[in-house]
Amino acid sequence: MRTIRIGSGAGYSGDRIEPAVELAEHGDIQYLVFECLGERTVALAQQARMKNPESGFDPLLEERMRAVLPLCAAKGIKIVTNMGAANPLAAARKAAEIARSLGLSSLKIAAVLGDDVLDACKDGDLRIMEFDGTIKQLGNRLLSANAYLGAAPMAEALDGGADIVITGRASDPALFLAPMIHAFGWPMDDWNLLGQGTVAGHLLECAGQITGGYFADPGYKDVADLARLGFPIGEVGEDGSLVITKVLGSGGAVTAQTCREQLLYEVHDPKQYIQPDVVADFSQVTVEEIAPDRVRVSGGRGSKRTDTLKVSVGYVDSYIGEGQISYAGPGALARGRLALEIVRERLKLTGVAASELRFELIGVDSLHGPEVSARADEPYEVRVRVAGRTENLREATRIGNEVETLYTNGPAAGGGAFKSARDVVAVASVLLPRELAKPQVRFVGA
Amino acid sequence: MTKLREIAHSRTGDKGNTSNISVIAYDAKHYPLLLEQVTSARVKAHFAGVVAGEVVRYELPNISALNFVMTDALGGGVTRSLALDAHGKSLSSALLDLEIEEP
Repeated sequence: MRTIRIGSGAGYSGDRIEPAVELAEHGDIQYLVFECLGERTVALAQQARMKNPESGFDPLLEERMRAVLPLCAAKGIKIVTNMGAANPLAAARKAAEIARSLGLSSLKIAAVLGDDVLDACKDGDLRIMEFDGTIKQLGNRLLSANAYLGAAPMAEALDGGADIVITGRASDPALFLAPMIHAFGWPMDDWNLLGQGTVAGHLLECAGQITGGYFADPGYKDVADLARLGFPIGEVGEDGSLVITKVLGSGGAVTAQTCREQLLYEVHDPKQYIQPDVVADFSQVTVEEIAPDRVRVSGGRGSKRTDTLKVSVGYVDSYIGEGQISYAGPGALARGRLALEIVRERLKLTGVAASELRFELIGVDSLHGPEVSARADEPYEVRVRVAGRTENLREATRIGNEVETLYTNGPAAGGGAFKSARDVVAVASVLLPRELAKPQVRFVGA
Repeated sequence: MTKLREIAHSRTGDKGNTSNISVIAYDAKHYPLLLEQVTSARVKAHFAGVVAGEVVRYELPNISALNFVMTDALGGGVTRSLALDAHGKSLSSALLDLEIEEP
């Protein structure tokens, strides 16, 4: 039976660089996937592209490509990535330029276009899933609308001989499904194979999160050598069989426990994990350790894909102002609480217009709120934090100012004040009839 | 009496304003305890002040796991939340503090 090995070289845009180099060098892989595109990143990238038409792709594209291209070219490892963000074509041109500068001018680079569906969406009455309203009602706050494309255009690019495939918005598991479809010729209506392939992609897409990252809990779940965490490899057979593993000697661990945790990560109903290519069913999945750092994952299934694609809509939501200051030693908690009361009153007295406010003490109740946190003992030090949502930057700035002025106007011995004010580009979702997104593959020679 | 942390591990994920928390038995023999004692109602009560919406539980006996899906739990979602931990990644640790009665 034919088998391919797919390495996962990044789990988010800012991820570590060298685990992917290790995969290319020692992973015996044929495909290297970089998942670098967060929910909101396309909207931010679209803003960058509006300022400069040759920008709008992942800022680490060059560093990642320079790190792995020589090895990948030498070994024939194909790269698939969503680092195209809001501008896959410019990203492909940049990759070609990098390849040329490394003396690798025979590389074929493909951009997948067509995820940008702003024009198809902006005048429609598509309902927003997260709150009441339509896209049209966002008016000039609307920045971007990008459909989660499936694996087909990426597989087509690989079929066409691409060494590097660069997409914008695509479903994360589809980045991994594409090499499987390309290598094995899986039919796009074999729902069970696509479902099991989606299990593989889902497990691999967050890179280090299945090799021991986001997992360690000393005394309960110990993980060796997290500073040299190895990134995962999916060994996929043409029948969909799957083993998750990593480079021998790298840090971390692949165990039944790490695989179970990642299987359910960001999953709602495990029977219906809706993807562009399939509705995957994780409910019958089994996980079995077959050797050290080798886990067999079986039982993924699927049913017919839906008639719609999820579209991620970026819009200008609001502004957030924030301030922080610390108190320590005896009475720190009481001084921290006094500080919060002072800022609360100041924001009222000075008429700061905020639609939402948070007053909390880092180290006491900032993560889980006052009710969950109530039973803990008094800490040695606390950090006051006040954050508020406003309609403009000027108001947002006033919130941090009211925390900073605690230095000379607040409780004794406050130190380390910090303030910030920023605009918030938020993301919402709509469902677009599938036929309105028209993906296309464009080749760029190195 | 013991803590959930002694018999299970957990991971939090986020999608929009919805948080999901898995609870996975270290040993399959404890899965019935999870089924019986880690109910949607208890999880909702445990996260009073955090989760404003519903808590729905999904069961995965093949991997001795439960998956809790909590709506309206992330202050508007990671892209607009005022929270320090806008993803709610730290919520799993709070759930592991739940008390479990041993048979």
